[in-house]
Amino acid sequence: MTISAPVPVRTGERWPMRLPEPRGEVSGLVIERLRGDVASALDPAVAAAAVRRSADLLDDDDVQLALFLLYELHYGGLDGVDDALEWEPEVLAFRRELERGYEAALRALIPQPHATRDVPEALFALVEAADDGPGLSSWVETDATAEQVREVMVHRSIYTLKEADPHSWAIPRLHGRAKSALVEIQADEYGGGRPERLHAEIFAKTMRELDLDDRYGAYADHVPALVYASMNLMSLLGLQRRLRGAIAGHLAAYEMTSSIPCRAYANGFRRLGLGDEAADYFDEHVEADAVHEQLAARDLAGALADDEPDLADDILFGASACLTVDGRLWASVRAAFEAGGSALRKPLDEARP
Amino acid sequence: MTGAGAGAPSVVACPNGPLIVRGDVEIRDERGELLDPHRRTVALCRCGASAIRPFCDGSHKLTGFRTVRPEREPAVVYDELTRLEPGPRGRR
Ligand code: FES
Ligand SMILES: [Fe+2]
Ligand SMILES: [Fe+2]
Repeated sequence: MTISAPVPVRTGERWPMRLPEPRGEVSGLVIERLRGDVASALDPAVAAAAVRRSADLLDDDDVQLALFLLYELHYGGLDGVDDALEWEPEVLAFRRELERGYEAALRALIPQPHATRDVPEALFALVEAADDGPGLSSWVETDATAEQVREVMVHRSIYTLKEADPHSWAIPRLHGRAKSALVEIQADEYGGGRPERLHAEIFAKTMRELDLDDRYGAYADHVPALVYASMNLMSLLGLQRRLRGAIAGHLAAYEMTSSIPCRAYANGFRRLGLGDEAADYFDEHVEADAVHEQLAARDLAGALADDEPDLADDILFGASACLTVDGRLWASVRAAFEAGGSALRKPLDEARP
Repeated sequence: MTGAGAGAPSVVACPNGPLIVRGDVEIRDERGELLDPHRRTVALCRCGASAIRPFCDGSHKLTGFRTVRPEREPAVVYDELTRLEPGPRGRR
């Protein structure tokens, strides 16, 4: 056994993230309140009205950014923001309106699946049925430019620099086999005791290899609303015990759609002349997620459905929600690339100072 | 799928998929070289299609590898959508 060399993880430099630019009334109000510019400004009626007004909540920059920032209080925090706001009733009441709206939008958008036999089998069928759109990974494999690959990394960075964290909220809400399976997966996501093998850290290394800023939220102003919708989905399902089935199903769908795309990403990186260090993240996921797929579908979701049969529908709902929201995100990025453009809101060279 | 002690190996066959191996085992390639599995729980390919044999890389799904006979009835059914159409489809 070898002891790995210590690697500097510049936590102080990479977290907490800086507050981004507002994208409308709601995010503007949230940013002002978090900064402490106003003492008590978060009127839940404003959040509810914004949700009602929204024509497409998934792609709503203002609402999704606001919700993301309120959730970030539970993760790495926000620079210059009082940590005590995490449990401030006024902040939670405002967030609850946004969450209600988002959950209602998802329930209206996603046909509720039901397992006719067992949940793992239903999950495999559900994932296979969703596998019909154009994949971003196949674009990266054969067509993407180096700049587009950097953009893909930027899109992924909001989640992947804290990879696995939203699913960890479920650990104390599960028991027995399901808990054991989730921890078995998460131990791998968190590097199996080797900090430099934390998946989030391997991803940060890839960002540095591509000359990207690995500080959390460095591209918060660049990424489109759907990036936040994808992240917020995980926080919404992960932070509520009521939805523990759905977060388990979300993880299963995520793991079940990862190995094959990650191989395509790794191939694309090598086509562009990027080396093993840059492709490490994707190489690791080809192998890891082939394991995680089985553990998540059978030992996590399957055992949870055995233990709590009432959660079967929620497990499948969470899986469908993952495929729907992430599918829409990656389809929109691919469409922008195919049209020869950028999927970001502003050019990458306009990074923060 | 559990029950083995810390070091006692266990092998579990996944329907239409790999073998999940846990516990203290040595894995060697065809030339007898010891392989580093990089993780405590590994998936060994049993469909033959993996590009990283002996480990599974998910290829069994692309080749339609079956260990159990497909059922006639679908494994999942959906409620009718009452309101909106799903957005554009895509994947990672
Ligand atoms: S069993 Fe998974 S690739 Fe062969
Ligand atoms: Fe991972
Ligand atoms: Fe994984």
